[in-house]
Amino acid sequence: MKKKVIAACLAACLMATMTTGCKSSAAKENNASGKLALAGSTSMEKMCEAMSESYMDANPNVTVTVEYTGSGAGIESVTKGSVDIGNSSRGLKDEEKSKGLVENIVAIDGIAVITDKDNGVKDISSEDLSKIYDGEITNWSQLGGEDKPIVVIGREAGSGTRDAFEELLEIQDKCKYAQELDSTGAVLAKVAKTPGAIGYVSLDVLDDSVTGMKIDGVEPTEKQILDGNYKLQRPFVMATKGEVKDQNANVKSWFKFVESKQGQDVIKKVGLIIPNK
Amino acid sequence: MKQRAFIEKLAKTIVLICAAVAIFAVCAITLYMILKGTPALKKVGVYDLLFGKVWKPTAAHPAYGIFYIILSSLVGTAAAILLGVPIGLLTAVYLSEMAGKKTGSIVSSAVELLAAIPSVIYGLLGMMLLNPMMYRLEHKIYRGDSQHVFTGGANMLSAILVLAIMILPTVISVSKSSLESVPNSLRAASLALGATQEQTIFKSVIPAAKSGILTGIVLGIGRALGEAMAINMVAGGAVNIPLPFNSVRTLTTQIVSEMGYAGGLHREVLFTVGLVLYVFIMIVNLILLNARKRGAN
Repeated sequence: MKKKVIAACLAACLMATMTTGCKSSAAKENNASGKLALAGSTSMEKMCEAMSESYMDANPNVTVTVEYTGSGAGIESVTKGSVDIGNSSRGLKDEEKSKGLVENIVAIDGIAVITDKDNGVKDISSEDLSKIYDGEITNWSQLGGEDKPIVVIGREAGSGTRDAFEELLEIQDKCKYAQELDSTGAVLAKVAKTPGAIGYVSLDVLDDSVTGMKIDGVEPTEKQILDGNYKLQRPFVMATKGEVKDQNANVKSWFKFVESKQGQDVIKKVGLIIPNK
Repeated sequence: MKQRAFIEKLAKTIVLICAAVAIFAVCAITLYMILKGTPALKKVGVYDLLFGKVWKPTAAHPAYGIFYIILSSLVGTAAAILLGVPIGLLTAVYLSEMAGKKTGSIVSSAVELLAAIPSVIYGLLGMMLLNPMMYRLEHKIYRGDSQHVFTGGANMLSAILVLAIMILPTVISVSKSSLESVPNSLRAASLALGATQEQTIFKSVIPAAKSGILTGIVLGIGRALGEAMAINMVAGGAVNIPLPFNSVRTLTTQIVSEMGYAGGLHREVLFTVGLVLYVFIMIVNLILLNARKRGAN
C-alpha cells in the first residue's frame, strides 16, 4: 500500500516537471531576458501587479520590478532614464512630451456615480457632484429631487477609485463622507439599500441594482468614455522615452504582451477599459 | 525498562515543545508589534498620532491623528458592556437559580448557539436589519437639520447593539458557572433567616460569585475591543467623534479597511494602531489575571 502511494507521488512529480518544462521551453522563443523597471502611479498598482505577474509567467527570464512612487515621480524617473517605463494615471503634459516622452495609453479607468433606484435625480452636473461630496449640498431637494437627505458614501483612504474620483473632481481631501467602505461590492450594496445614498464605483461593476447617473448629461458607458465625452475617466499611461519600437528588447516584449490577448484580458479583469487603437 | 524510560523522556520533550510553541508565539507577536508599531510613533510624534483629531493619510499634507479612533473603540466597548452585562448577568441568574430543567436547557443551548455564530453573520444581520431601522430613526430625530451628516443608519449605535449581543454568551456562561459554584449552604442559610429568593440572590449569591462575574465582564471587554468584522459592516467607517448617530471607525476596523492599499508611513501608522489595540488587550488581560488571583485567595 505504502509503495503504491509513493509510486503515485513520484509519477505526479514527474508529470508536473514535464509540463512546467514544456511551458518554459515555449516561452524561451522570445529572447527577452534581464530586468525591466517600471515606476509611477499608485493607482495603477492593481493593474501593474497583475500584468507583471502574468508577464513573468510567460517570460520567466525577465524580472519586472514596479515601484509605486506617484505619477509625477514616475514621469521624472523615465525622463532621467533611471527606469524603462514611467507609469502615469493622467495624460502627459505638453512640456513632458517635449522632453521626448511618448504617451502610451494602455488602459482607461472609468468611474460611475451611483444612486439607489428610487432616486428621481438621474442627471447631475460635475459642479453639483463636487458640492455633494464636499458637504455643500446635503439634500436631494436642492437638486430638484425629493426632500431626502443625501447619504454620501465613498471608499477608504488609499483606494485607487477614491483617489481617481477626488482627483477628477478636484476635491482631494475635502470630502465629507458619511460612510467609508472598503470594497466596491460594499459600496454597491449599501447604495442599493439606502434611500438617498450616492456613491462611486469602477465602471465595470455597474449593474441593475443601482442607477448609474449621467454626468453633465452624459451616460456612463464604455462608448461614451472611449469617445471622450464622459468626465469621470482617466488614462493609464506607460510613458517611454522615445517610441516603443526604439526601446530595448524587454520593453518591446512588455508592450507586445500588454497588447496581446492575454494582456488585454488582464486589463479587463482588473476592471479597466481598453482604449481605441 | 530502559525503553520505558526513553518513551517517558520523549513524551516529556514533546509536551515541552508544544508548550513552547504558545510562549514563542506570544513573544514573537509582542516583539513584532513593538518593532513595527513604534517607528511611526517617532516619525509622526507620539502626541500628534495618539491625540491628533484629523485622519487624512493620503492628503498632500497628511495627518495621522487616531484620537477619535481610539475614543470610538473605548466608547463602543464601554457602552456595549453597560448594555450587555446586566442582560447577561440576569440571564445567568435565571439559568442557575430559577429556571426549571426544561426551560433551562432550552435557554442554555440558545446561549451556546449564540456563541457559535460567526461574527460576519452578526455583521450581515446588523447591516440588513439594524441599519435600515437606524436610518428611519435618524430621519425622525434629525429631520430638517442641515448640520447633521446623514449616515444611512451605519452608526455608533448599531455597532454598540451588535457588540452588546456578541458579548452576551461570554458574560452569561462565565457568570453562570461562577453562580453555580456558590455552595448551596449559603442559599439555605439566607432563606432560613427569612430572606426572600430575590434577596438571597442579590444580597448573598451574587456577591459570593463576584470575582467570577468580573472575569466574565473582562472577557466580554476583550471580545468587544477586538471585534472587527461585524463592526466593519455596521459602523459606517468614517473617522468621526463617537456620537450615537455618527459613522465611526474603531481600532480594529481601521486596520481592516485600510491595510489593503496603504503604503509608506500610512502603513506604518496602521501598525501603530495595531500596537495601541494590542496594549489595550494586554491591559484587559492583566486586569483579568489580577481578578482571578484575587478570586483564588
